[in-house]
Amino acid sequence: MLHADVSPATGPAAASPGRAPRPLSDVGTVLSGAALIWEALVREGVDVVFGYPGGAIMPAYDAMARYPVHHVLTRHEQGASHMADGYARASGRVGVCIATSGPGATNLVTGIATAMLDSVPMVCITGQVPSALLGTDAFQETDITGVTLPITKQNYLVTRAEDVVPTLREAFYVARSGRPGPVVVDICKDAQQGKAPLAWDDEPICLPGYRPEHEPLPADLEEAVRMIEAAEKPLILAGHGIIEGDATAQLLKLVEVTDIPVSQTLLGLGGFPGTHPKSLGMMGMHGEAWVNQAIQEADLLLALGMRFDDRVTGRLATYAPKAKKIHVELDPAEIDKNVKVDLPIVGDVRDVLNRLLPALTPHTRRAWWDALDAMRGDSAVRDIVSLPDEGHLYAAHVIHDLYRFTGGDALVVSDVGQHQMWEAQYYKHDTPRSLLTSGGLGTMGFALPAAMGARFACPDAEVWVVVGDGGFQMTACELSTCAQEGLELKVAIINNGYLGMVRQWQEMFYGGRYVATPMASPDFVKLAEAHGLTGLRATTRDEVKDVVAKARATRGTVVIDFRVEQEDNVYPMVPSGADLADMIQRPHQKGGAHNPIFETGADEE
Amino acid sequence: MTGIDDVAASTEGDDRRTFVVHVEDRPGVLDRVASLFRRRAHNIDSLHVGPTHEDGVSRMTIECRADASQAKRLEANLYKLVPVLRVDDVTTLERVQRVLALIKVAVGQARRPEVLQLLEVFGARAVDVGPEMLVIEMTGRPSQVKQLAGVLEPYGIVELAQTGAVAMTRSVEKPELGRGKAA
Ligand SMILES: Cc1ncc(C[n+]2csc(CCOP(=O)(O)OP(=O)(O)O)c2C)c(N)n1
Ligand SMILES: [Mg+2]
Repeated sequence: MLHADVSPATGPAAASPGRAPRPLSDVGTVLSGAALIWEALVREGVDVVFGYPGGAIMPAYDAMARYPVHHVLTRHEQGASHMADGYARASGRVGVCIATSGPGATNLVTGIATAMLDSVPMVCITGQVPSALLGTDAFQETDITGVTLPITKQNYLVTRAEDVVPTLREAFYVARSGRPGPVVVDICKDAQQGKAPLAWDDEPICLPGYRPEHEPLPADLEEAVRMIEAAEKPLILAGHGIIEGDATAQLLKLVEVTDIPVSQTLLGLGGFPGTHPKSLGMMGMHGEAWVNQAIQEADLLLALGMRFDDRVTGRLATYAPKAKKIHVELDPAEIDKNVKVDLPIVGDVRDVLNRLLPALTPHTRRAWWDALDAMRGDSAVRDIVSLPDEGHLYAAHVIHDLYRFTGGDALVVSDVGQHQMWEAQYYKHDTPRSLLTSGGLGTMGFALPAAMGARFACPDAEVWVVVGDGGFQMTACELSTCAQEGLELKVAIINNGYLGMVRQWQEMFYGGRYVATPMASPDFVKLAEAHGLTGLRATTRDEVKDVVAKARATRGTVVIDFRVEQEDNVYPMVPSGADLADMIQRPHQKGGAHNPIFETGADEE
Repeated sequence: MTGIDDVAASTEGDDRRTFVVHVEDRPGVLDRVASLFRRRAHNIDSLHVGPTHEDGVSRMTIECRADASQAKRLEANLYKLVPVLRVDDVTTLERVQRVLALIKVAVGQARRPEVLQLLEVFGARAVDVGPEMLVIEMTGRPSQVKQLAGVLEPYGIVELAQTGAVAMTRSVEKPELGRGKAA
């Protein structure tokens, strides 16, 4: 806990303690490499960084205090990298984390890999041993540019003060341009201590080999229009690129004109309003059955800013066999990687849609929509609120109630596991960047720190963490950071006493042998209280409303322990590597005990 | 050695590939390129890197095994690397492809004329001569180097060093570097 005489900083605007902030120096001023780091960061628009100090980065920390940058002291560098990631996902700006050499740097690695697989713009600054000691196994020396080489978009080792500013400028540019990604800048201690004149100009950066932008070919656009006009059962697959490319408005217009149904990837949720009548829902392993069926039935797939991940396609050989495929994608390396497409269009999805829209003629697709409605029919997840309360608390109910009681307006950050899939199924996201989750890497422990970063990016948002009992404990130390920063955050722990998603696979594919998945946890209410935070608990359905209301009315970080049904499964499910058509449906209830997670069309009232 | 008959163009069904990659001469470039092959479990059969006539531009020739679709992936991913200026899969193009070998054989004065005569047949030459040894330079296809080595074996090869292949197509177009060519 904090001492009473130190008031916690409350947000990005809060200045760092210590010396008074100084205005930025004039170009040409001779400064230490350490000060140059902050001169560059502030010029790049950075006002908050997440980090953890140590020997090799101490000069940078010492210089930081004079700059208008709020530093969030995390409890583990993994937390710092996820916070920078969450900040970036929530804002669309570059997130920044900072750590010392050796163990500080290696602790960032999971967060860097997470950002890499989900194309998140991030700059990670690490201290490094003095350049003369490089390669000597000096104290806390790790070759972090070597370690992070395959999990960064680019990385740099800086050995001289005069290279600090140009390298950081380039790092920010590379991180945010084109398909975004994380960049590591490893700065030797002597480069921080040395001096160099501040060099800065606003000229665009020119990297001769770097191609962040691509122009779609007019002939391809014409062909796309022909294919769309000719299709009878077209389907849009909307991915993360819609959000990263800020193309929601264009997608809405496209759907309005062409009447094509939209399905989303996990990372695409929010890129198209989840409650929109033309939104079918999520595709893939735990996507809705009718979405996967629609993919198998479609005669045209219009894939927008998505990459046909194996969790989305199931078995490639049988994927969408009847469909022609148009793939709009910024990264040429994604074309034909998993699914061979008929028409690749390499370009920014917003730009491509802007060019396509004027050429498309209005359509209505009654027959196709009727077919889709028939598919939805009795497998539809309807409003589960009207299901009888039998005293059990199901995770799906918790998420659904959370959706209702927050009016669907929260910024939700989910972790990885069953709860993540229930969140995706039952919390409808209507706006971009209102769901943050680790999709590509599936990093447990992501949610709490990422939500903290998101909170700095969106100080007015109602931020909810949806996390499992397992994943929460991977980064629960950051509760202490929440307390120190006085963060407004609501944490819903979906506590099923298991590593639930692994347990589900054991139940389905490993003969029900629950090896290393039952998990004991501390009393999460007391844990919250030990941090000076509020802890609440709900064990039955009728308590959910009250605890959510109480959490929303309570200032600061609130942790809710939702004691949910322990051996509940996520349905529907496409087993790994199986055909999309072979989904495991929700268990049928015919005559058997009532399973509230099994819904029929009749549940809708 | 010149002439069309030296120009090799690989054919369908052969999964040997040759890439020519122009890169910015920056620290870490080789690492990134090599890592890209390593993580996809492609062995690099041979690699050559060296400067070009243009400042700051290095040229690589990479030989590896990959089928057509893997080769497309490799090309696209090479293009993604920030310091990579241009990638050409020259596998199916007519080109000259050469290695340089230095071979040290333990021959004294007595048998020297014999060996020098052999070298002529292979278009190789002696570049260093000592009382007990001869250093031979040979430029050609790896198979020709292998043949020469076979012939020299009885004389006692002390050491053989061979570069990775360098490849050059017969196209008269100057390769445009940088933003010129989209993948
Ligand atoms: C860092 C990490 N380790 C292991 C896994 C494998 N894994 C995926 S889901 C899961 C279980 C998660 O359990 P919990 O956080 O309790 O969530 P639940 O599935 O029960 O909702 C595990 C272990 C992972 N995704 N990330
Ligand atoms: Mg669990």
